[in-house]
Parts: sequence; structure tokens; C-alpha cells
Amino acid sequence: MRQEEFEQRYQSDWQTFEQSIELAKPGWGKAKVSKAQLAEFSSQYRLVCYCLSLARERQYSPYLIQFLENLVFQGHQIFYQKRLGVFRRIYQFILFDFPNQVRQQAKFVWIATAIFYFPGLIVFFLTLVFPELIYAVVDADMVGRIEAMYDPSLDRIGRERQSDTDFMMFGFYIRNNIGIAFQCFAGGILATLGTLFYLLYNGIFFGAIDAHIINIGYQETFYSFVAGHSSYELTGIVLSGAAGLQLGWAVIAPGAYSRKQAIVNAGRKSISLVYGAIFLLLIAAFVEAFWSSTTSIAPNVKYTVGIIGWIVVIAYLTLMGRGRRQ
Amino acid sequence: MLDTTRAVEVPEGITLSLPVAGYVSRALAFLVDLIIRFVIFIGLSWIFSIFDRLGDGLLLLSVFLVEWFYPVFFEVFWLGQTPGKKVMGILVVNDDGTPINWSSSIIRNLLRFADFLPAFWAFGLISMMLNRDFKRLGDLAAGTLVIHQREVISPQSNHDAEGLAPKTPLKLDEQSAIIAYSDRIERMTQARADELARYLTPWLQNSQGNQSSALQIVRMARWLKGRREKE
Repeated sequence: MRQEEFEQRYQSDWQTFEQSIELAKPGWGKAKVSKAQLAEFSSQYRLVCYCLSLARERQYSPYLIQFLENLVFQGHQIFYQKRLGVFRRIYQFILFDFPNQVRQQAKFVWIATAIFYFPGLIVFFLTLVFPELIYAVVDADMVGRIEAMYDPSLDRIGRERQSDTDFMMFGFYIRNNIGIAFQCFAGGILATLGTLFYLLYNGIFFGAIDAHIINIGYQETFYSFVAGHSSYELTGIVLSGAAGLQLGWAVIAPGAYSRKQAIVNAGRKSISLVYGAIFLLLIAAFVEAFWSSTTSIAPNVKYTVGIIGWIVVIAYLTLMGRGRRQ
Repeated sequence: MLDTTRAVEVPEGITLSLPVAGYVSRALAFLVDLIIRFVIFIGLSWIFSIFDRLGDGLLLLSVFLVEWFYPVFFEVFWLGQTPGKKVMGILVVNDDGTPINWSSSIIRNLLRFADFLPAFWAFGLISMMLNRDFKRLGDLAAGTLVIHQREVISPQSNHDAEGLAPKTPLKLDEQSAIIAYSDRIERMTQARADELARYLTPWLQNSQGNQSSALQIVRMARWLKGRREKE
């Protein structure tokens, strides 16, 4: 068949397909397209694909081929889009997928836990024995600020604040803590080095500060402040670290896949840990801003809430969502 | 082919060739987005300054969201384009040419941080130089590809010339070369068109009198496309 004949024969089909694409394209303020209008989309799309392969095989003019390629590409983009349904998926994720993913990737979660807590604990005990070690880990300026924050003579604790700043601090914690979690994950792509840095640095920092607070006798203000949100925040950081380690491990040891494919696979798997970390850090920021800073509640109550928080997090990650197979 | 295209086979049994976008258009798109984000920050801090401390909190929240999720939001809801990409005519798709989804978009945009390291997007740039598809680290991890939007150029229907049969039977690639020439002739200068046509002059029939070689080739293309007589 000559090209002109070919064009004449299929022109109208191509035009209808172009119209269908316009209809199906997402756009602002566009009314939902009724199913009936697009019922023919798949067969139209297949027809255009057929035309393209014919046109290529018969070596029709490059313009025609380009035109058809463009049609196919647009159709392909529309045909293979994923259903979004965000809210259902978030609910599904929190109840089932997240704890299941943590258990499936337990290896990386445990390694991240060890890298975060173990050096931290060592520095903690060392600083208890040699109090001046704090200045080797944290600079003097920072130490001074932290001492001021948890000074028992203040009536508000945690980053010097008045009562109307709770919401501001909520914003601050979200931006700061979730930002750190994201960086901790992203650093993993550099063969885990970035993640290792964040986990080690934060672990050691917390360990040293913790011991220093005990050395100077500010335990009660400090622990009653951090108890409430510690479970969510530390677990969130560890999980984002686990995600980063998994990503980096695919760079180091891709196993049976090409390195490129291994990284993509690891990224897909580990991103659910990042989502989970976001979820936990949101809770942490909320608790930290609106609960941890209040001084009207007795420290014992706060310790209890803190311990309950740890039990909830551990139980959630180990027990939740076991009933349903993925 | 010198073009940086990437072939993707789709389930319908054909291959799509995706024109991969390079550094310059991507950097410019990024710059445009950066400016837009900056304007958003200024606008937000102006609005939220009314609310005092509460406003500070809202501002920090929205800074966080814009910082990390501005590209995600647009890529997912705008068929792979942020405003900057739209200006530059590029878009993000998955490696298999399908539209980008939440996970891929979030991965590639979170990893921007790693691309920035150790300073000024050095790792991202190195990564882009080391692979065929100009992928930065985020693209590698998310399995995404930044491509040019295709622009469709429709050939001007050149003069209503009568078809002209070639002197000898032509092979397929020769035929398509002649058709491609006639499709593009309107976008060339006259001098260039003549220069190209001159290669074929010795082979063309002389029976057409003093008709230029270019016109003869155009007529031949018409004939090849199926036009046998003047309608």
C-alpha cells in the first residue's frame, strides 16, 4: 500500500485517537470523563500501534512515523498510568504494608539499629566516666545551649519557649527531623557512606549529650522531655537508615542483577521504610511539640507515657499486619 | 545514530524511541523551578507573617513541603512535568516509558540531596556523565528517565506536482531517502535544496526539459507515495 492511500485510510482513526487522548489527559478543572466515552480507547490505541509498525516496516516517510510515534507515546502514557487512590493506600500501608516491610527487611533494620545505638552507648558510658569527653564530641557552644535548655530552674523545657510557640516548634521538628531522615536515606546511594555517617554521628551525639546531662544532674528535666517522643523519633531515624543501607548495599553487592537493576529494586523496596519513617517522625514531632514540653505534668506520668510509646512501637512493628499475606 | 535516544519495547510489540534530555535543558529547568520556589517562599512568608508564631509554624511546615515535595507534586499530577520542565519541554517518565508514579517520583526527588553532595551537584553531574541516559543518582535509584517532549512537525504539502516515475526501480531505503527529501524541502533554503539535489542530477531523466533536479525529486516522491496522475 502506498503512503497516501495508507494515510487516507487511517486518517480518521488517528484523529479520533487524538481526541480520546485529549479527553483522557488529566487537567485542572476538567470534568471526569465518563467511561463510555473512552470505552474504545484500548482498541484505538492498538490500532495506532499497528499503524506505526506497518509504517516502519514499509519505510514510510519519517514525518509520518514521527507523527505516529508521538501518538503511540501519548497513548502509552495514558494507558499505563497507575490508579492513585491515595487515602486508601495510606490506610493500607499503615495497617499492613509498613510493619510487614520492616519485618521483611529485618536484616537491614537490625544492622541500622546496631550502627545507631552501639557506638552511641559506648560514648555514653565513656562520657559518664570521663565527663570532659563531651567537648571532644560536641562543641562547647552547643553544650552551653543544651545546658540552658534543660536547666531545671526554667518552667518550660526543650529549646527555650513560651506557650504560644508549640505550633512553631511542630513545624520546626517536622522540617528538621524529617529532613535529616531524608538525608540519611539519600546518603545511602553513595555505597552506604552517607547513611553510615548520619547514623554514627547522631548516635554518638545523643550518647554524649545524654551522659553529659546526667553528669551535671539535669536528668529529670531532660528525660521527662525526651521520654514521650523518643520511641517514634529514634525508630524513625533507624528505619530511614535501614532504607539507606539497603540502597547502598545494592551498589556494593548487586547479587544476581545488574548493578543498575539492583539499585532500582532496592529503591523500590526501601522507599516503604522511608514512608514509615515519615509516619513515625510525624507522630514524634506532634508529641514533641504538644506533649513533651509541658511542665504541668508530673515526670513519672511522662516516663510512663514514654515507656508505653516504646511498647507500642515495638508491638506495632513486630505484630501488626501479620494476618494478611501480601 | 548520533541522537541520544533510548529504545523501549512496549507490550503492544513495538519499540518507542525516547529522546533523552541532556544537562543543559535539565539544569535550566531546575533553575526555573528554583526561582518559582523562591517566589513561593516569599509569598508564603508574607502571608504567614500575619499569624505571628502560628504563622512561623505554618511557614516551617510549608517550607518543608515545598523543599522536598514540590517536584513530586507536579511530576505526579502533571504527567511528569514541573513548571520548569514544562518551560524546557522535558518530562520525567519511568524507564519503560510509563508515566511516573508516587514512589519513583519520591525516590528521585529525595535523592536530590545525594546528587548535590559533596558540593554543587557534583555527584549528580558525574553520574550523568557516566551513563548513556544522563541519569543522576536519583534517576538511577528510581528507574526514571528525563526525556524531551516530542514536537510533531507536519510536512508542508509541497506544490501539487504531478507524480514522476523513477527511471529504474528503487530499493526501499532509496525510496525513503527521496520521500524524506521532499518532506523536508520546505524547511531548507533553496541553495541547500539544490545542492542536495545535484547529487542525483546525473541519474535523473533529461526528458523533463529544464525542470530543476529538486522539483523532479519532489515529483518522484509524490509518485512513490502513491500519486500517479494529477487529480
